[in-house]
Amino acid sequence: MTDAVRSENRPEKRKRAISRRRFMADVARTACGVGLLGLGIGMFSRAGALPAMSIRPPGALPEEDFLSACTRCGLCVRDCPYDVLQLGGLGEQVPIGTPYFVAREKACVMCEDIPCVPVCPTGALDHDLTDINKARMGLAVVVDQETCIAFLGLRCEVCFNVCPVRGEAITVDRRPNPRSDRHALFIPVVHSDACTGCGLCEQACILEKSAIKVLPTHLAKGELGSHYRLGWDEKAKAGKSLVSPDLEHRYNLPEGMRYDHDGEGLMQEEPSPFEDDPLDTLNRGLDGGT
Amino acid sequence: MKQTRREFIRNTAVTATAAAAGVTLPGLNGALAQEGDGIRWDKAACRYCGTGCSVLIGTKGGKVVASQGDPDAPVNRGLNCIKGYFLPKILYGKDRLTQPLLRKSNGKYDKEGDFEPVSWDEAFDVMAAHWKPAIKKSMEENAGKPADQLTSRVGMFGSGQWTVWEGYAASKLMKAGFRSNHLDPNARHCMASAVGAFIRAFGIDEPMGCYDDLEHADVFVLWGANMAEMHPILWSRLTDTRLTKPGCEVHVLSTYEHRCFELADNGMVFTPQTDLAIGNYIANYIIQNEAYNKAFLDKHVNFTKTPTDIGYGLRPEHALEKAAKNAGKGKLSKISFDEYAKSVEPYTVEHASELSGVPKDQLLRLAKAYADPAKKVTSFWTMGMNQHTRGVWMNGLVYNIHLLMGKISEPGNSPFSLTGQPSACGTAREVGTFCHRLPADLVVAKPAHRAFSEKVWKLPEGTLNGKVGYHAVLMHRMLKDSKLNTFWVMCNNNMQAAANLNEESLPGWRNPDAFVTVSDPYPTVSATAADLILPTAMWIEKEGAYGNAERRTQFWRQQTSAPGDAQSDLWQLMEFAKRFRIEEVWPEELLAKSPEYKGKTLYEVLYENGQVNKFPKQQVTDDRGNKYDNHEMEHFGYYPQKGLFEEYRLFNSAPDIIKKGHEMAPFEAYHKARGLRWPVINGKETLWRFREGYDPHVAKGDGVKFYGKPDGKANIITAPYEPPAESPDEDYDLWLSTGRVLEHWHSGSMTQRVPELHRAVPDAVIFMHPKDARKRRLRDGAKVKVVSRRGEIVTRVETRGRNRPPEGLVFVPWFDASRLINKVTLDATDPLSKETDYKKCAVKVVKV
Amino acid sequence: MASYERLGADAIAVKGRLRAHKWLLLRRLSQVGILVLFLLGPWAGLWIIKGNLSSSLLLDSVPMTEPLVFLQMLAAGFVTPATTAITGVLIVAGFYLLVGGRAYCSWVCPVNMITDAANWLRQKLGIKPTTRFSHHVRYWMLAMVVLVALASGSMAYELINPVSLIHRGVIFGVGMTWAVILGVFLFDLFVTRRGWCSHVCPMGAAYGLIGKFSLLRVRADRREVCNDCMECFVVCPEPQVIQPALKGAERGIGPVIVAGECTNCGRCIDICSKDVFNFGTRFFK
Repeated sequence: MTDAVRSENRPEKRKRAISRRRFMADVARTACGVGLLGLGIGMFSRAGALPAMSIRPPGALPEEDFLSACTRCGLCVRDCPYDVLQLGGLGEQVPIGTPYFVAREKACVMCEDIPCVPVCPTGALDHDLTDINKARMGLAVVVDQETCIAFLGLRCEVCFNVCPVRGEAITVDRRPNPRSDRHALFIPVVHSDACTGCGLCEQACILEKSAIKVLPTHLAKGELGSHYRLGWDEKAKAGKSLVSPDLEHRYNLPEGMRYDHDGEGLMQEEPSPFEDDPLDTLNRGLDGGT
Repeated sequence: MKQTRREFIRNTAVTATAAAAGVTLPGLNGALAQEGDGIRWDKAACRYCGTGCSVLIGTKGGKVVASQGDPDAPVNRGLNCIKGYFLPKILYGKDRLTQPLLRKSNGKYDKEGDFEPVSWDEAFDVMAAHWKPAIKKSMEENAGKPADQLTSRVGMFGSGQWTVWEGYAASKLMKAGFRSNHLDPNARHCMASAVGAFIRAFGIDEPMGCYDDLEHADVFVLWGANMAEMHPILWSRLTDTRLTKPGCEVHVLSTYEHRCFELADNGMVFTPQTDLAIGNYIANYIIQNEAYNKAFLDKHVNFTKTPTDIGYGLRPEHALEKAAKNAGKGKLSKISFDEYAKSVEPYTVEHASELSGVPKDQLLRLAKAYADPAKKVTSFWTMGMNQHTRGVWMNGLVYNIHLLMGKISEPGNSPFSLTGQPSACGTAREVGTFCHRLPADLVVAKPAHRAFSEKVWKLPEGTLNGKVGYHAVLMHRMLKDSKLNTFWVMCNNNMQAAANLNEESLPGWRNPDAFVTVSDPYPTVSATAADLILPTAMWIEKEGAYGNAERRTQFWRQQTSAPGDAQSDLWQLMEFAKRFRIEEVWPEELLAKSPEYKGKTLYEVLYENGQVNKFPKQQVTDDRGNKYDNHEMEHFGYYPQKGLFEEYRLFNSAPDIIKKGHEMAPFEAYHKARGLRWPVINGKETLWRFREGYDPHVAKGDGVKFYGKPDGKANIITAPYEPPAESPDEDYDLWLSTGRVLEHWHSGSMTQRVPELHRAVPDAVIFMHPKDARKRRLRDGAKVKVVSRRGEIVTRVETRGRNRPPEGLVFVPWFDASRLINKVTLDATDPLSKETDYKKCAVKVVKV
Repeated sequence: MASYERLGADAIAVKGRLRAHKWLLLRRLSQVGILVLFLLGPWAGLWIIKGNLSSSLLLDSVPMTEPLVFLQMLAAGFVTPATTAITGVLIVAGFYLLVGGRAYCSWVCPVNMITDAANWLRQKLGIKPTTRFSHHVRYWMLAMVVLVALASGSMAYELINPVSLIHRGVIFGVGMTWAVILGVFLFDLFVTRRGWCSHVCPMGAAYGLIGKFSLLRVRADRREVCNDCMECFVVCPEPQVIQPALKGAERGIGPVIVAGECTNCGRCIDICSKDVFNFGTRFFK
C-alpha cells in the first residue's frame, strides 16, 4: 500500500512498477500456458504406444529409443523399393510421422541390401544391420492352432512356403495323423532364432483372419526359468552323458526274448521266417524265397 | 497379325487384372458362415488334381454354401489340400461367363471384332456356318480315299477335366459324327508319355498298383514328381509311412530342389535329361550284381530295343528333325537278355555321375535300394518324366528296373505313374479322347478296333477314320498352316498351357482361316484369343464322373445350377450335333449302307440311338431322400449321363469286348460308392493288376500275367541317353523348367479367383539360385525379363523360395495369366508320345 | 500510419509493380520450388531431394537435418546419432548461419505461405487482434520442447509440430493434413496477427537463435532518405526488428538489422519507395 502511495507520488516509478508487474504477470501467464501445453504434449506422447499389428522397419531400435531417434523424415519410406513402409498419420495410433508396416496388408520383402536402413540419417534404423536375416522386426506366432488348417491335417503350409528365411524361421513338423491313420500332419513351427518378423506368412495366410501373426517380440516370447536346463541339449553340448552311464543291465527273460535297454525294450530274439501275408510266400514260388 | 497380337496381349492383361483382383461374388462369405439346419450334403470328387480326394458339398437354397473333406473317402479320409479347402469359391468368381459371346462388328461376326453377347441359337448358327463348309471341303478331299487315309479340317481340343461322359460324347461326336480324329485332350501335355510307355511295356494303359502302395512300400523313389505340392494328400500319406515305418526311405530325383527334398533321405539334383543315364545305370547295377529276378524275367518279360535318334517332335523343316535318322520312329524289335545287358553296360556309376552331376554314393544308394530283394520299392513320377522329349523312353527305363527285379504288381512294389488331372485317366485315357484312340484302349489305326466301335455305336461299316489325327501341338501348327479350319476348345486353357505361344498357338488361333470356339466358365487367356466363347456349367453344376490315378472312378450328382445361360459341355456337344443333318457330314456311299439314317440329324444318329437315350427321365435322389436336379436330363428328356456311361460299358464290360481289363460297374453302383477301382468284376474292385489273387484276369497258377500283351509278357525296352532339344549356350545361358505350385491349379482360372489363394501366391516368380541372381546384379523381388529365342515375359526374382534350383537353372510356374511363361517355352515334344517338354529350354534372364 | 488500401502504392509508382514485389516473388518461387522438388520424387520419379524438412537427402548424397529436431533427439536421450545426422545438422546450421537464421521461415517453410495468406485476409477483412502475445512466447516454447523431449524420452513435440506435420503431410500424402493447415490459418486469422510464425513457433525461435550470428542481413543503408511512410513496419512480420536500424542513427546504432528474429524476407526492401533497405552482410554493404 505504501508502495502504491509512494508511486502515486512518483509517476515514472509507478509506471515502471506497473509494467514490471505486468511483465511478471505476462511471464507467469506464458510460463503456465506453455507449461500446460508441454504437459499435454508429454502425456499425449505417452498415450500413443505402437499398436501390436504395426511393425517397425528392419533394424529399428527398441521402441523407446526409436521414438527418441526417429526424425520422422520418411527417407526409409522413400527408399523402400516395394512401397511396404508407410508413415503414421494424424489420428492413427502409430506415433505420427514414424515408419511402420502392417504385415497383413503388405509385408516386408526383406531386400538383401536393406535400402531402408542406411538411408536413415540418425540410426533410428540401426546401421549395423547389414544382413537382413538378422533383422528382428517382430516374431511370427501361430496364434490360433484351432483354425490353422495345418493342425487339422489339411495340406496348406502357405506360411512355410512363402517364408523367405526358408526352412529356418518356419519349419514344418511332420507328425502322424492319428485320426486318419494314414496321413501326416504338417505343422508349421516358428523359430525365434531365425524369424525376422517380415510378416510374409501373416500376409499370405489363407484364413479369413490370419492364424499366424507377427507380434512384437516381447509380447510373443516366453522365458524359461533360468534354473532349468534341457538335459538333451546339455548332453549334446558336452558330447557325452554328464553322469557316467550305468553298468550293463541284465534281465530275467523267457526263451527267445531279449531286452534292449536304450532302444526298443522288450523284443523277440529272431524275426519270424514267415511273411506277414501268406500270398507273399506263396507267390514267390519255390525258388523265389530267401 | 501384329495388331491382333497386341490386342490380345492387352486383353490378356485385362483378364489377368480381373483374376488378380481375386474377387468373388459379394455375400458368399456370409452364406458360407451359415451353419446348421437346411444344408444338404452330398459327395463329389475334388475338381483339381489326379489324386481324387472326395469332398462333401453343402448346398442351401440352390447355392453351395459349405464344403468339407469327406471323412469316409479312402483316399483322403476327410482331408483336403489348400485348394480343396476353397472349392466352393471357384464357382462364384464375379466374372463368370453367363452368355455366349461372339466377335462382331456392325452386328455381324467379324474375326477382328469385339465380343458381344449373343443367344445360344446365334452362337451355334455362326459356329455351324463355319463347321459345315470345312466338313464339306474335307468330304471333297476325301472322295475315293480308303478309311485309313481320311483327313479333316475340323478339330477339337478336350480335357482330362471333362467328366467321363462328356469326353465320351465328344469322342463320339468327333470320330463317329464328323469322322475327324483331330480330337486330343490336354492330357497330351500331361500323361501322353505315360500312356505310350504303358502300351509299349504292358499293352494296357494305367498303373497296376493303387494308393495302398503308399502304406506298403519300404522305399519311395520320386522321378521328376513334386508330390509335396502337386499331390498334397498323397504326399501326406507317403510322409506318414516314412515317419511311422522303420527303415522306410525316400529318394527324390529332380532337376532342382523342391519341397519333396525336405523329407528325402537321398535327394538328388541331376542335369536335365540325364535321368535317362541314371535309369540305365540302375539297370546296369542290377545286372552287374546279378540281383535281377531271373525266374520272373524268364516267365514274364521280353527284351526289346527301340529305334534311336528319333528327333524332337518339332516341325519337320526344323534342322533337328532333318538331322534325326529315325524321326518319330518307335517300333520295337526283340533282343536277348545279353544284348540288353550290353546296351546298359556303358552306364557305369562313374559315367552316370559325370553326366548327371549326382554324386556317385547317392546313385549307388538309389541303385542298392532297387536291387535289394527285401525292400519293396514304389516309384512315383509325373511331369518331370512325362514332359520330356524322351518321356516314353524314360517311363520305360523305370519299368525296366521294376521288371528286372520283379518288383511290380504287388503291394508296395509298384512303378506308379501319377496323373496330373482329376480325370486324365477316367476321361482322356479311358474313353479315348486322344487323336489315335477309341474307347477302352482301342485305337483308330486297327481295322478290327474300328469295326468293333462301329458296331457298338451302330454306325455303317467304314464310318470311322483310320488315320491318326492331329495331336495337341500339331493342332496349333495346322491352324497356323490353315489345314485345320474350325477348332473347339473345351474345359481347358490351351492358349496359356501350350508351349511357344508367340510362334504357334496365337498365330494359329488368330489365323483368318480359322474359327475358334472356346467353352469356359471364365474369361481365360484362351477365351480372349477365341472367336466365339460359350459359357460353361462347371464341376458340380452338372452330374459328373472322374477317374483318378489309381483307376478309381467317382461319381457326383448335380449339386447346383450354373449361372445365367451357362450350359454343360455335354449339353453343348449334344445340342451342336442337332445342327447337322447326316447328309452334311457323311458321304452318300457311307449313308447308303445305313439308309435308315437318311434325313436324320447327327444328334439323332449319335445320341437318340436307343442306347444313349435308353433311360427315361427320372427324379435323381440319394438314399437319404434328397432330390437333385439334372439339367441335361430335363432338357433332353432322358438320362443322357447314364445312357452314355452304359453305352461306354459296351466297350469295356460287354461279353464280346476286344480288350479285357477295363471292366466297370453299372452306372448306379458308382452313385452309391466313394469310387470303385477298375477292373470291377462281379462287383469286386481290383487293387493290384496282373497278379494272381488280386486280379481276376490272371488265371490260377499263372502267378503274374501281363495280359495286355498277347503272350502275357511285359517288355523291357532298352533306350540310351540322348541330348535334349535345346540346351543353354552363350546367348541363352540358363535352363528353364516350368511347373505348378500347391496353391494354384493349372492356369489359375479357378484358383486365382479365390481371393485367399490369390493373396497367398499372387504372381508367378522366377525361382533362381542366389549366385545366378548375384551374377546378374539382381536382388530378391527385382523385376526381370525371362527371354528365350521365342519370346519373353517380365517377372520378379525369388532366390529364397520353396524351389531351390541349382546354378544354371531357373523355374517359373505357369499359372499366372499375366506372365505367360509359354511365350518363352519350346514346343519340342517326345516324338513318340507327342507330349511337350516343358521342363527344358534355354533362356536368359536380364534386369528390366 | 499507412492504410492498407494504399500500402505499397508509392513503391509501385516509383519502381514498377514487378520490382516492388521482387523479393516476395522470389520467396514464393523458393517456397513453392522446394515443395515441388520434394514432390518430383513421388510424382515423377525424379529424386532430386528425398525425405522431408526434418531430414532429407539431396541428390542421394547431401544429408540435411533440422536443428530443432536434432536438439530434441539429443534431449530425448539419443546421444549417439549416426554421422549422417550430425553432418546434416552442421550443413543446415552452417547454411543458415550464412543466409540468415530465419531465412528458413520466409524462404523454405511451407507454413509461411499459410500464415501470409491469413495475414492478407486479416488485413483485407480488417479483423482486429483479439489476443496479444509476447514475441517471446516462442522462446518459452523452445525451452518447453526441449524439456518435454528430456522428460518423455521421445520427440514429443513432433507429434504436434505443425511445420513438420504439414510438410510431411503434403510430401507423403498423409491424411488429415488439411486440418492442421486450417488450424494454423484460423489461428493467425482470428487469434493473433502473425500469431504462429512471429510469436509461438519454437522452430522459428531456434532459427532466430542461429540468426543472431548469421552473415546475410537486411541493412537500412539509406536510412537518411526515409520519409517515415511507415509501410515497412506494416509489412514486416517482426516490425520490432526494424526500429533500431532505421531510426537509431542518432543513438549511434548501425544500419544493420541485427535482431535474430528478422526473417530476411525482404518485404521492407520491396515496399520502400525510397530504397532505404538492401541486402548486405553484417559487416559491409
